[in-house]
Amino acid sequence: MMLDIRNVHKSFDGKEILKGIDLQVNKGDVVAILGPSGSGKTTFLRCLNFLETADKGVMTFDGDEIDLAEASKTQIAAVRKKTAFVFQNYNLFLNKTVLQNVTLGLTLARKFPKDQARDIAVKALERVGMADRLDAYPGQLSGGQQQRVAIARGLAQSPEIIYFDEPTSALDPELIGEVLSVMRQLAEEGMTMLVVTHEMDFARNVSSKVLFMEGGYVIESGTSKEFFEHPKEARSREFIRTILEGRQ
Amino acid sequence: MAPQTTWQILVAAFPRLLSYGIRVTIPLAFLSFALGLVIAVIVAMIQYADVKGLRQLCRFYIWLIRGTPLLVQLYVVFYGLPSVGIMIDAFPAAVFVFAFNEGAYMAETMRGALESVSRGQMEAGYCVGLSYLQIMFHIVLPQAFRTAFPALSNSLISVVKGTSLAATITVMEMFRQAQVINGVYYRSLGLYAETAVIYLAFCTVITWLQHKGEKRLSAYGGNR
Repeated sequence: MMLDIRNVHKSFDGKEILKGIDLQVNKGDVVAILGPSGSGKTTFLRCLNFLETADKGVMTFDGDEIDLAEASKTQIAAVRKKTAFVFQNYNLFLNKTVLQNVTLGLTLARKFPKDQARDIAVKALERVGMADRLDAYPGQLSGGQQQRVAIARGLAQSPEIIYFDEPTSALDPELIGEVLSVMRQLAEEGMTMLVVTHEMDFARNVSSKVLFMEGGYVIESGTSKEFFEHPKEARSREFIRTILEGRQ
Repeated sequence: MAPQTTWQILVAAFPRLLSYGIRVTIPLAFLSFALGLVIAVIVAMIQYADVKGLRQLCRFYIWLIRGTPLLVQLYVVFYGLPSVGIMIDAFPAAVFVFAFNEGAYMAETMRGALESVSRGQMEAGYCVGLSYLQIMFHIVLPQAFRTAFPALSNSLISVVKGTSLAATITVMEMFRQAQVINGVYYRSLGLYAETAVIYLAFCTVITWLQHKGEKRLSAYGGNR
Protein backbone atom coordinates (compact mmCIF):
# COMPACT_ATOMS: atom_id res chain seq x y z
CA MET A 1 0.00 0.00 0.00
CA MET A 2 1.26 3.41 -0.96
CA LEU A 3 -0.73 5.65 1.32
CA ASP A 4 -2.52 4.66 4.51
CA ILE A 5 -4.38 7.37 6.39
CA ARG A 6 -5.94 6.70 9.77
CA ASN A 7 -8.28 8.60 12.01
CA VAL A 8 -7.92 12.19 10.80
CA HIS A 9 -9.55 14.77 13.05
CA LYS A 10 -9.74 18.51 12.50
CA SER A 11 -11.67 21.32 14.18
CA PHE A 12 -12.03 24.98 13.28
CA ASP A 13 -13.02 27.31 16.13
CA GLY A 14 -14.34 24.44 18.21
CA LYS A 15 -16.40 23.02 15.36
CA GLU A 16 -15.28 19.55 14.40
CA ILE A 17 -15.02 19.29 10.62
CA LEU A 18 -13.33 15.88 10.38
CA LYS A 19 -14.36 13.20 12.85
CA GLY A 20 -11.96 10.38 12.13
CA ILE A 21 -11.35 9.81 8.43
CA ASP A 22 -9.58 6.67 7.15
CA LEU A 23 -8.38 6.06 3.61
CA GLN A 24 -6.13 3.50 1.94
CA VAL A 25 -4.64 4.20 -1.45
CA ASN A 26 -2.72 1.80 -3.67
CA LYS A 27 -0.47 2.80 -6.50
CA GLY A 28 -2.54 3.62 -9.57
CA ASP A 29 -5.75 4.22 -7.61
CA VAL A 30 -7.96 7.09 -8.63
CA VAL A 31 -10.02 7.94 -5.58
CA ALA A 32 -13.03 10.23 -5.95
CA ILE A 33 -13.85 11.96 -2.69
CA LEU A 34 -17.53 12.79 -2.83
CA GLY A 35 -20.03 14.39 -0.54
CA PRO A 36 -22.29 17.40 -0.10
CA SER A 37 -20.84 20.85 0.57
CA GLY A 38 -19.45 21.23 4.06
CA SER A 39 -18.79 17.53 4.46
CA GLY A 40 -15.08 18.13 5.06
CA LYS A 41 -13.73 16.74 1.77
CA THR A 42 -11.50 19.69 0.98
CA THR A 43 -10.26 20.01 4.55
CA PHE A 44 -9.33 16.32 4.52
CA LEU A 45 -7.34 16.72 1.30
CA ARG A 46 -5.60 19.84 2.61
CA CYS A 47 -4.58 18.04 5.80
CA LEU A 48 -2.81 15.40 3.70
CA ASN A 49 -0.51 18.03 2.21
CA PHE A 50 -0.20 20.03 5.45
CA LEU A 51 -2.01 23.06 4.05
CA GLU A 52 -4.04 22.54 7.21
CA THR A 53 -2.62 20.92 10.30
CA ALA A 54 -4.83 18.06 11.47
CA ASP A 55 -5.55 17.83 15.20
CA LYS A 56 -5.02 14.11 15.08
CA GLY A 57 -4.27 11.41 12.53
CA VAL A 58 -1.52 9.22 11.17
CA MET A 59 -0.36 8.94 7.59
CA THR A 60 1.86 6.15 6.34
CA PHE A 61 3.40 7.19 3.02
CA ASP A 62 5.66 4.61 1.31
CA GLY A 63 6.21 2.98 4.68
CA ASP A 64 7.09 6.18 6.54
CA GLU A 65 4.74 6.86 9.42
CA ILE A 66 3.94 10.54 9.96
CA ASP A 67 1.87 12.08 12.74
CA LEU A 68 -0.33 14.56 10.87
CA ALA A 69 -0.69 16.75 13.95
CA GLU A 70 3.00 16.93 14.77
CA ALA A 71 4.89 16.47 11.53
CA SER A 72 8.37 17.97 11.43
CA LYS A 73 9.45 20.40 8.72
CA THR A 74 11.55 17.65 7.17
CA GLN A 75 8.61 15.26 7.08
CA ILE A 76 6.36 17.90 5.55
CA ALA A 77 8.97 18.70 2.91
CA ALA A 78 9.40 15.00 2.12
CA VAL A 79 5.64 14.50 1.65
CA ARG A 80 5.30 17.60 -0.50
CA LYS A 81 8.18 16.41 -2.65
CA LYS A 82 6.26 13.24 -3.46
CA THR A 83 2.92 14.90 -4.06
CA ALA A 84 1.36 17.59 -6.18
CA PHE A 85 -1.70 19.68 -5.39
CA VAL A 86 -4.17 21.12 -7.87
CA PHE A 87 -6.37 23.87 -6.46
CA GLN A 88 -9.92 24.85 -7.25
CA ASN A 89 -8.75 28.38 -8.13
CA TYR A 90 -5.66 27.14 -9.99
CA ASN A 91 -3.37 29.41 -7.95
CA LEU A 92 -0.92 29.87 -10.76
CA PHE A 93 1.82 32.34 -9.86
CA LEU A 94 0.31 35.47 -11.40
CA ASN A 95 3.62 37.27 -11.94
CA LYS A 96 5.16 34.31 -13.78
CA THR A 97 4.69 33.03 -17.32
CA VAL A 98 3.29 29.59 -18.05
CA LEU A 99 6.80 28.19 -18.43
CA GLN A 100 8.09 29.89 -15.27
CA ASN A 101 5.10 28.58 -13.31
CA VAL A 102 6.20 25.06 -14.11
CA THR A 103 9.97 25.53 -13.78
CA LEU A 104 10.03 27.60 -10.58
CA GLY A 105 9.73 24.65 -8.21
CA LEU A 106 12.25 22.68 -10.23
CA THR A 107 14.98 25.33 -10.29
CA LEU A 108 14.46 26.83 -6.83
CA ALA A 109 13.39 23.89 -4.70
CA ARG A 110 14.93 20.96 -6.54
CA LYS A 111 17.97 22.81 -7.89
CA PHE A 112 17.63 21.52 -11.44
CA PRO A 113 19.76 23.37 -13.99
CA LYS A 114 17.68 25.85 -16.03
CA ASP A 115 17.74 24.00 -19.35
CA GLN A 116 16.88 20.68 -17.76
CA ALA A 117 13.98 22.31 -15.86
CA ARG A 118 12.79 23.79 -19.12
CA ASP A 119 12.82 20.40 -20.86
CA ILE A 120 10.83 18.82 -18.04
CA ALA A 121 8.40 21.73 -18.04
CA VAL A 122 7.83 21.66 -21.79
CA LYS A 123 7.18 17.91 -21.66
CA ALA A 124 4.68 18.38 -18.82
CA LEU A 125 2.98 21.21 -20.69
CA GLU A 126 2.78 19.04 -23.82
CA ARG A 127 0.91 16.41 -21.82
CA VAL A 128 -1.81 18.95 -20.97
CA GLY A 129 -1.79 20.59 -24.39
CA MET A 130 -0.37 23.92 -23.23
CA ALA A 131 3.12 23.84 -24.75
CA ASP A 132 2.14 26.47 -27.30
CA ARG A 133 1.55 29.14 -24.62
CA LEU A 134 4.89 29.08 -22.80
CA ASP A 135 5.24 32.86 -22.57
CA ALA A 136 1.64 33.72 -21.68
CA TYR A 137 0.79 35.03 -18.23
CA PRO A 138 -2.00 33.36 -16.24
CA GLY A 139 -4.15 36.48 -16.64
CA GLN A 140 -4.13 35.96 -20.40
CA LEU A 141 -5.48 32.41 -20.19
CA SER A 142 -8.97 30.97 -19.76
CA GLY A 143 -9.79 29.13 -16.54
CA GLY A 144 -9.51 25.77 -18.25
CA GLN A 145 -6.10 26.65 -19.68
CA GLN A 146 -4.92 27.89 -16.29
CA GLN A 147 -6.03 24.69 -14.64
CA ARG A 148 -4.22 22.61 -17.24
CA VAL A 149 -1.04 24.61 -16.61
CA ALA A 150 -1.56 24.01 -12.88
CA ILE A 151 -1.75 20.27 -13.58
CA ALA A 152 1.44 20.49 -15.64
CA ARG A 153 3.12 22.32 -12.75
CA GLY A 154 2.20 19.36 -10.57
CA LEU A 155 3.29 16.78 -13.15
CA ALA A 156 6.69 18.43 -13.52
CA GLN A 157 7.41 17.54 -9.89
CA SER A 158 7.10 13.84 -10.94
CA PRO A 159 4.77 13.20 -8.01
CA GLU A 160 3.78 9.76 -6.78
CA ILE A 161 0.31 11.09 -6.18
CA ILE A 162 -1.66 14.16 -7.25
CA TYR A 163 -4.31 15.74 -5.06
CA PHE A 164 -7.10 17.55 -6.89
CA ASP A 165 -9.29 19.90 -4.85
CA GLU A 166 -12.48 20.44 -6.89
CA PRO A 167 -10.41 21.11 -10.02
CA THR A 168 -13.39 21.99 -12.21
CA SER A 169 -15.67 23.79 -9.75
CA ALA A 170 -14.49 27.29 -10.65
CA LEU A 171 -14.71 26.68 -14.39
CA ASP A 172 -17.33 27.76 -16.88
CA PRO A 173 -19.28 24.69 -18.01
CA GLU A 174 -17.78 24.69 -21.49
CA LEU A 175 -14.25 24.56 -20.06
CA ILE A 176 -14.76 21.63 -17.70
CA GLY A 177 -14.32 19.04 -20.42
CA GLU A 178 -10.76 19.97 -21.34
CA VAL A 179 -9.61 19.64 -17.74
CA LEU A 180 -11.46 16.38 -17.13
CA SER A 181 -10.02 14.84 -20.28
CA VAL A 182 -6.48 15.67 -19.09
CA MET A 183 -7.29 14.03 -15.76
CA ARG A 184 -8.78 11.00 -17.48
CA GLN A 185 -5.64 10.66 -19.57
CA LEU A 186 -3.47 10.80 -16.44
CA ALA A 187 -5.63 8.13 -14.82
CA GLU A 188 -5.22 5.89 -17.85
CA GLU A 189 -1.45 6.36 -17.66
CA GLY A 190 -1.58 4.96 -14.14
CA MET A 191 -1.17 8.16 -12.11
CA THR A 192 -2.33 7.84 -8.52
CA MET A 193 -4.90 10.53 -7.86
CA LEU A 194 -7.10 11.76 -5.02
CA VAL A 195 -9.89 13.88 -6.44
CA VAL A 196 -12.38 15.93 -4.47
CA THR A 197 -15.10 16.48 -7.02
CA HIS A 198 -18.74 17.02 -7.85
CA GLU A 199 -18.29 15.52 -11.31
CA MET A 200 -20.28 12.32 -11.05
CA ASP A 201 -19.38 11.08 -14.51
CA PHE A 202 -15.74 11.35 -13.66
CA ALA A 203 -16.26 9.57 -10.33
CA ARG A 204 -18.22 6.85 -11.99
CA ASN A 205 -16.23 6.26 -15.14
CA VAL A 206 -12.68 7.26 -14.32
CA SER A 207 -12.14 6.76 -10.62
CA SER A 208 -11.48 3.30 -9.25
CA LYS A 209 -12.53 4.04 -5.70
CA VAL A 210 -15.00 6.33 -3.99
CA LEU A 211 -14.84 7.88 -0.54
CA PHE A 212 -18.24 9.29 0.32
CA MET A 213 -18.18 11.77 3.21
CA GLU A 214 -20.82 13.67 5.08
CA GLY A 215 -20.72 15.72 8.26
CA GLY A 216 -17.08 14.88 8.88
CA TYR A 217 -17.55 11.10 8.70
CA VAL A 218 -16.90 8.56 5.98
CA ILE A 219 -20.36 7.26 5.13
CA GLU A 220 -19.22 4.73 2.57
CA SER A 221 -16.08 3.76 0.74
CA GLY A 222 -15.39 1.12 -1.86
CA THR A 223 -14.87 0.62 -5.56
CA SER A 224 -16.71 3.15 -7.66
CA LYS A 225 -18.58 0.37 -9.47
CA GLU A 226 -19.97 -0.90 -6.17
CA PHE A 227 -20.72 2.59 -4.91
CA PHE A 228 -22.70 3.65 -7.95
CA GLU A 229 -24.37 0.34 -8.75
CA HIS A 230 -24.99 -1.10 -5.30
CA PRO A 231 -24.60 1.63 -2.68
CA LYS A 232 -24.78 0.06 0.78
CA GLU A 233 -25.89 3.08 2.77
CA ALA A 234 -29.26 4.79 2.45
CA ARG A 235 -27.48 8.17 2.55
CA SER A 236 -25.29 7.19 -0.40
CA ARG A 237 -28.32 6.14 -2.44
CA GLU A 238 -30.00 9.43 -1.66
CA PHE A 239 -26.88 11.41 -2.61
CA ILE A 240 -26.50 9.62 -5.94
CA ARG A 241 -30.19 10.08 -6.69
CA THR A 242 -30.15 13.81 -5.86
CA ILE A 243 -27.11 14.39 -8.04
CA LEU A 244 -28.58 12.48 -10.97
CA GLU A 245 -31.93 14.23 -10.64
CA GLY A 246 -30.22 17.60 -10.34
CA ARG A 247 -28.80 17.14 -13.78
CA GLN A 248 -32.06 16.51 -15.55
CA MET B 1 26.22 90.68 -13.31
CA ALA B 2 23.89 93.55 -12.63
CA PRO B 3 20.47 92.55 -13.86
CA GLN B 4 17.79 95.15 -13.34
CA THR B 5 14.37 93.89 -14.34
CA THR B 6 12.65 91.05 -12.47
CA TRP B 7 12.61 89.09 -15.67
CA GLN B 8 16.38 89.37 -16.05
CA ILE B 9 16.85 88.29 -12.45
CA LEU B 10 14.64 85.24 -12.94
CA VAL B 11 16.40 84.26 -16.14
CA ALA B 12 19.78 84.56 -14.45
CA ALA B 13 18.58 82.58 -11.44
CA PHE B 14 17.14 79.72 -13.46
CA PRO B 15 20.33 77.77 -14.27
CA ARG B 16 21.50 78.12 -10.67
CA LEU B 17 18.23 76.86 -9.23
CA LEU B 18 18.02 74.03 -11.72
CA SER B 19 21.59 73.04 -11.03
CA TYR B 20 20.92 72.79 -7.28
CA GLY B 21 17.73 70.93 -8.03
CA ILE B 22 19.53 68.34 -10.10
CA ARG B 23 22.66 68.10 -7.97
CA VAL B 24 21.07 68.22 -4.51
CA THR B 25 17.27 67.97 -4.45
CA ILE B 26 17.01 64.95 -6.74
CA PRO B 27 19.83 62.91 -5.14
CA LEU B 28 18.49 63.77 -1.69
CA ALA B 29 15.01 62.64 -2.69
CA PHE B 30 16.04 59.44 -4.45
CA LEU B 31 18.48 58.42 -1.75
CA SER B 32 15.86 59.00 0.94
CA PHE B 33 13.22 57.20 -1.07
CA ALA B 34 15.41 54.16 -1.77
CA LEU B 35 16.44 53.83 1.85
CA GLY B 36 12.85 54.42 2.96
CA LEU B 37 11.65 51.68 0.63
CA VAL B 38 14.12 49.19 2.09
CA ILE B 39 12.90 50.12 5.58
CA ALA B 40 9.28 49.84 4.42
CA VAL B 41 9.72 46.39 2.88
CA ILE B 42 11.45 45.04 5.98
CA VAL B 43 8.86 46.55 8.33
CA ALA B 44 5.98 45.29 6.18
CA MET B 45 7.44 41.79 5.90
CA ILE B 46 7.94 41.55 9.66
CA GLN B 47 4.30 42.43 10.19
CA TYR B 48 3.13 40.13 7.40
CA ALA B 49 5.02 37.22 8.89
CA ASP B 50 3.85 38.25 12.37
CA VAL B 51 7.30 37.97 13.95
CA LYS B 52 6.62 38.14 17.68
CA GLY B 53 8.10 41.13 19.45
CA LEU B 54 9.47 42.71 16.30
CA ARG B 55 5.93 43.28 15.08
CA GLN B 56 5.18 45.47 18.09
CA LEU B 57 8.41 47.37 17.47
CA CYS B 58 7.29 48.04 13.90
CA ARG B 59 3.89 49.29 15.03
CA PHE B 60 5.62 51.58 17.52
CA TYR B 61 7.89 52.99 14.81
CA ILE B 62 4.95 53.68 12.49
CA TRP B 63 2.93 55.22 15.30
CA LEU B 64 5.79 57.47 16.36
CA ILE B 65 6.70 58.68 12.88
CA ARG B 66 3.20 59.19 11.57
CA GLY B 67 2.17 61.00 14.73
CA THR B 68 4.89 63.68 14.64
CA PRO B 69 5.57 66.43 12.06
CA LEU B 70 8.38 65.94 9.59
CA LEU B 71 9.76 69.40 10.36
CA VAL B 72 9.93 68.59 14.07
CA GLN B 73 11.69 65.30 13.30
CA LEU B 74 14.31 67.21 11.27
CA TYR B 75 14.87 69.65 14.15
CA VAL B 76 15.16 66.89 16.74
CA VAL B 77 17.79 65.05 14.72
CA PHE B 78 19.81 68.01 13.47
CA TYR B 79 19.52 70.56 16.29
CA GLY B 80 18.53 68.26 19.17
CA LEU B 81 20.81 65.26 18.98
CA PRO B 82 24.10 67.21 19.14
CA SER B 83 23.24 68.08 22.77
CA VAL B 84 23.60 64.37 23.60
CA GLY B 85 26.77 64.12 21.56
CA ILE B 86 25.28 62.82 18.31
CA MET B 87 26.41 65.11 15.50
CA ILE B 88 25.23 64.35 12.00
CA ASP B 89 26.02 66.52 8.99
CA ALA B 90 23.04 68.27 7.47
CA PHE B 91 22.76 66.18 4.29
CA PRO B 92 22.96 62.74 5.92
CA ALA B 93 20.67 63.95 8.70
CA ALA B 94 18.11 64.93 6.08
CA VAL B 95 18.42 61.58 4.27
CA PHE B 96 18.03 59.77 7.58
CA VAL B 97 14.91 61.69 8.60
CA PHE B 98 13.24 61.61 5.18
CA ALA B 99 13.94 57.88 4.80
CA PHE B 100 12.54 56.94 8.19
CA ASN B 101 9.62 59.31 7.74
CA GLU B 102 8.49 58.17 4.31
CA GLY B 103 9.47 54.61 5.25
CA ALA B 104 6.71 54.55 7.85
CA TYR B 105 4.08 55.52 5.30
CA MET B 106 5.43 53.17 2.66
CA ALA B 107 5.53 50.35 5.21
CA GLU B 108 1.76 50.67 5.53
CA THR B 109 1.41 50.77 1.76
CA MET B 110 3.49 47.61 1.44
CA ARG B 111 1.69 45.84 4.26
CA GLY B 112 -1.63 46.45 2.57
CA ALA B 113 -0.23 45.31 -0.76
CA LEU B 114 1.24 42.13 0.75
CA GLU B 115 -2.07 41.30 2.39
CA SER B 116 -3.87 41.79 -0.92
CA VAL B 117 -1.88 38.94 -2.51
CA SER B 118 -4.02 35.83 -2.51
CA ARG B 119 -3.20 33.30 0.22
CA GLY B 120 -3.36 30.64 -2.49
CA GLN B 121 -0.13 31.96 -4.02
CA MET B 122 1.69 31.03 -0.83
CA GLU B 123 0.01 27.62 -0.67
CA ALA B 124 0.85 26.84 -4.28
CA GLY B 125 4.45 27.82 -3.57
CA TYR B 126 4.63 25.45 -0.63
CA CYS B 127 3.14 22.66 -2.73
CA VAL B 128 5.95 22.90 -5.30
CA GLY B 129 8.49 22.76 -2.49
CA LEU B 130 9.46 26.42 -2.15
CA SER B 131 10.49 27.86 1.22
CA TYR B 132 8.74 30.81 2.86
CA LEU B 133 11.42 33.29 1.81
CA GLN B 134 11.59 31.93 -1.74
CA ILE B 135 7.84 32.40 -2.04
CA MET B 136 8.07 35.91 -0.59
CA PHE B 137 10.86 37.09 -2.89
CA HIS B 138 9.78 35.37 -6.12
CA ILE B 139 6.02 35.49 -5.90
CA VAL B 140 4.40 37.55 -3.14
CA LEU B 141 6.65 40.63 -3.07
CA PRO B 142 6.69 41.14 -6.86
CA GLN B 143 2.89 41.02 -6.90
CA ALA B 144 2.70 43.33 -3.89
CA PHE B 145 5.03 45.82 -5.58
CA ARG B 146 2.74 45.92 -8.54
CA THR B 147 -0.24 46.72 -6.34
CA ALA B 148 1.75 49.26 -4.33
CA PHE B 149 3.33 50.94 -7.35
CA PRO B 150 0.94 53.91 -7.69
CA ALA B 151 1.03 54.60 -3.94
CA LEU B 152 4.82 54.29 -3.88
CA SER B 153 5.02 56.77 -6.75
CA ASN B 154 2.98 59.13 -4.60
CA SER B 155 5.52 58.70 -1.85
CA LEU B 156 8.39 59.50 -4.19
CA ILE B 157 6.68 62.71 -5.29
CA SER B 158 6.01 63.55 -1.67
CA VAL B 159 9.69 63.06 -0.81
CA VAL B 160 10.84 65.24 -3.73
CA LYS B 161 8.74 68.14 -2.49
CA GLY B 162 9.51 67.39 1.14
CA THR B 163 13.23 67.89 0.56
CA SER B 164 12.55 71.65 0.58
CA LEU B 165 12.22 71.31 4.35
CA ALA B 166 15.90 70.40 4.45
CA ALA B 167 16.52 74.12 3.85
CA THR B 168 15.62 74.64 7.50
CA ILE B 169 18.54 72.49 8.65
CA THR B 170 21.06 74.29 6.41
CA VAL B 171 21.12 71.82 3.51
CA MET B 172 21.93 73.91 0.46
CA GLU B 173 19.28 72.46 -1.84
CA MET B 174 17.11 74.15 -4.42
CA PHE B 175 14.73 75.97 -2.12
CA ARG B 176 17.54 77.16 0.18
CA GLN B 177 19.28 78.47 -2.93
CA ALA B 178 16.12 80.36 -3.88
CA GLN B 179 16.11 81.93 -0.43
CA VAL B 180 19.73 82.98 -0.84
CA ILE B 181 19.13 84.57 -4.23
CA ASN B 182 16.05 86.30 -2.88
CA GLY B 183 18.14 87.67 -0.06
CA VAL B 184 20.12 89.60 -2.64
CA TYR B 185 17.44 90.68 -5.12
CA TYR B 186 14.18 90.74 -3.12
CA ARG B 187 11.96 89.23 -5.82
CA SER B 188 10.02 86.84 -3.55
CA LEU B 189 7.03 86.16 -5.79
CA GLY B 190 9.04 85.65 -8.95
CA LEU B 191 11.85 83.58 -7.43
CA TYR B 192 9.66 81.33 -5.31
CA ALA B 193 7.20 80.83 -8.16
CA GLU B 194 10.13 79.95 -10.40
CA THR B 195 11.31 77.40 -7.82
CA ALA B 196 7.81 75.97 -7.65
CA VAL B 197 7.79 75.52 -11.42
CA ILE B 198 11.02 73.53 -11.25
CA TYR B 199 9.55 71.25 -8.53
CA LEU B 200 6.49 70.89 -10.74
CA ALA B 201 8.71 69.87 -13.66
CA PHE B 202 10.49 67.26 -11.54
CA CYS B 203 7.19 65.80 -10.35
CA THR B 204 5.82 65.81 -13.88
CA VAL B 205 8.73 63.69 -15.02
CA ILE B 206 8.13 61.26 -12.15
CA THR B 207 4.43 61.05 -12.99
CA TRP B 208 5.34 60.30 -16.58
CA LEU B 209 7.76 57.58 -15.43
CA GLN B 210 5.00 56.20 -13.22
CA HIS B 211 2.70 55.79 -16.20
CA LYS B 212 5.47 54.09 -18.17
CA GLY B 213 6.13 51.80 -15.23
CA GLU B 214 2.48 50.91 -14.76
CA LYS B 215 2.20 50.00 -18.42
CA ARG B 216 5.14 47.67 -18.12
CA LEU B 217 3.85 46.07 -14.95
CA SER B 218 0.45 45.45 -16.47
CA ALA B 219 2.11 43.14 -19.00
CA TYR B 220 0.97 40.15 -16.96
CA GLY B 221 -2.62 41.22 -16.98
CA GLY B 222 -5.21 41.13 -14.26
CA ASN B 223 -5.99 38.40 -11.79
CA ARG B 224 -7.89 36.47 -14.40
